[in-house]
Amino acid sequence: MEAKEIHEILIQHLPGCVREFRTTTADPFWVVESERIREVAAFLKDHPALQFDMLQAVTGVDRGECFEAVYHLTSLRFGHSVTLKAVLSHEAPSIATISDIYPAANWHERETYDLLGIVFTGHPDLRRILLPDDWEGHPLRKDYVAPESYHGISNAPD
Amino acid sequence: MVQSLKTDEILVNMGPQHPSTHGVLRCLLKTDGEWVREVWPYIGYLHRCKEKIAEKVSYIQFMPYTDRLDYLASANNNLGWAMAVERLAAIEVPERAVWLRVLAAELNRIASHLLSYGTFGMEAGAFTPFFYGFRERETIVSIFDQLCGARLTYHYARIGGVMRDLSPETAKAIRRFLDEMDRRWVEYNTLLSDNEIFVRRTANVGIIPADLAIAYGLTGPVLRGSGVAHDIRKAVPYACYPKLDFQVCIGQGLKGTVGDSWDRYWVRMLEIRESVKICRQVLDGLPEGPYQTKVPRILKVPANEAYVRTEAPRGELGFYVISDGTDKPWRCRIRAPSFCNLSILNRIARNCLVADVIMILGSIDVVMGEVDR
Repeated sequence: MEAKEIHEILIQHLPGCVREFRTTTADPFWVVESERIREVAAFLKDHPALQFDMLQAVTGVDRGECFEAVYHLTSLRFGHSVTLKAVLSHEAPSIATISDIYPAANWHERETYDLLGIVFTGHPDLRRILLPDDWEGHPLRKDYVAPESYHGISNAPD
Repeated sequence: MVQSLKTDEILVNMGPQHPSTHGVLRCLLKTDGEWVREVWPYIGYLHRCKEKIAEKVSYIQFMPYTDRLDYLASANNNLGWAMAVERLAAIEVPERAVWLRVLAAELNRIASHLLSYGTFGMEAGAFTPFFYGFRERETIVSIFDQLCGARLTYHYARIGGVMRDLSPETAKAIRRFLDEMDRRWVEYNTLLSDNEIFVRRTANVGIIPADLAIAYGLTGPVLRGSGVAHDIRKAVPYACYPKLDFQVCIGQGLKGTVGDSWDRYWVRMLEIRESVKICRQVLDGLPEGPYQTKVPRILKVPANEAYVRTEAPRGELGFYVISDGTDKPWRCRIRAPSFCNLSILNRIARNCLVADVIMILGSIDVVMGEVDR
């Protein structure tokens, strides 16, 4: 299904959910209301004409003034894909988990939390996944400054 | 975790240094005698924060870093990154370069599956397949040495083309290898695929039903082993794949149940044969012409974003790149297939034997360089 048709179904069934539908980029994307992400994800997964059964990735983006949570979904049956975005505040970025709708999101949300500090509320096990538990800060943030040492191991360039 | 243990249960660390973990992966097992009740994978030992590095170096400079994601399939990683940048910057690639990239990617797929064949056999206690698999892989590695001067980290695909043209001598060497591979493939099966002990170690072990595989976002041979015929090369055709004739191989439960460890192993074996077929077709149909287009040294990419998917040996390799008009990406997300494939381990390796955990892990075939990035 073409992006335009998916968009028609979305605004027809979930009015007020889509804040923006951008088609000027190489891949189109939808900006959805962040507090309704679970509703949108469940709808896309279950609608018989859409059937987005696979979550490919959850990504966080630091935009400076805000954060974005990005979801890539695809349908193995129909072969179409969507990119969803939710805009989050920079002070306390947080969004509801979709790991019960898409189990694949579990590790992706942990990674996004680990590297960007976006909190996924309701996640069953929101711990760091790549960095050690006692690591300070979130490296993929634009204002991140790498520590000079970690447990006495110097991090300074030679 | 310790408080929840029953009196008969103990926690055992498998790894991070363990020959069967394919790198540095730590698995914490909750065991009751020989039985494993639960497995918790701990990852991150190879974390280099490549996504941060991508924001600090230019598009062209990031290419060698992609070599070191799935270090057993650098040609496939190079292809993914090159396609992502070319899509963002709208760069046309000469036809010959497209075909050469596919040749490199498929040769690399064979090499990667051969290594998996060897190590998987060794994990089952069969030592000989390891030597056989590595012998043929060595031929491929030498071919890559001729093709681009590197044995592991190829850096072969470049933005706008490939680094070097294919010489007639290398083409001849590849054809010789493909003929050899056809013969060896039959030998491999007598040695391992139909081996009674091997079958009993892998059939009906670590069964992943199709719906679970999809829910966990599994891709590549792990998904196809569960009987789902999904291959990015067919689903979202790219490069010259639409012009090539090959099959998508799926698990059929020949030795046990659909989606067991043997099926995943068998899909890789079948894919070796398909890749041999593809390489032959590429050599036969290789178009003439330039192998590189002119790309500015400082490549400024207009503000844009794209998610580019390719079929790497371990599944869907996705590059989600956001550009902002400078010569460096604003954000680069690498969707690594091994990361998603590994996330199902806790779900399927329950109530099995310790030895089965090794086989399940081997059949998922993860590369930690890509899991941890």
